[in-house]
Amino acid sequence: MENIYTGLALFLLLNLLAGLFRVYHGPSAADRMLAALLFGTTTVAVLLLLAQTMQEPALRDVALLFTLLAAVIAIAFTRLPRRSVGRSER
Amino acid sequence: MSWLDVLSAVLLISGGIFFLTGTVGMLRFSSCYSRLHALTKADNAGLGLIALGLMVQAESLWVALKILLVWALALLAATVSAHLIARFSLRVDRGTQRAPP
Repeated sequence: MENIYTGLALFLLLNLLAGLFRVYHGPSAADRMLAALLFGTTTVAVLLLLAQTMQEPALRDVALLFTLLAAVIAIAFTRLPRRSVGRSER
Repeated sequence: MSWLDVLSAVLLISGGIFFLTGTVGMLRFSSCYSRLHALTKADNAGLGLIALGLMVQAESLWVALKILLVWALALLAATVSAHLIARFSLRVDRGTQRAPP
């Protein structure tokens, strides 16, 4: 069972690595933000898996906090002033 | 391995497959909106399956409820952020009308 947890956590980290390609390549700022959305979901899954396999219940609280922060990031991004977004899109 | 372990393993691995689908969709789809569509739905289904697989193995009811709470909050956060990002992208494209059906 431990092997499945660890293997799945590694697999999810590889997913994150593939998502970095979209951050680098993404044509618009919204695409880059989308990758941040992926990071939020995947990191929560990894944290839950690690909490189980490392017998570390505190990591579940970290996962809880991470979901809340992921929402805050998206809200902050959409409220950016127009000028700075245009600069990052170039 | 008891049957609980088998059930948990099946749920976890199918969750991983959902995550893979979401990532492939995000890398391969052509427009920002279709990427958003692929990513948010597939990823949250995957997270739900992984949470379910871990809840089956949880040592107490409270731990299971906490994992469920994490998933519920993640769903809420993902829907709100997906909607905001889609609206932001629409505004940047200066599209004020709705897309044709």
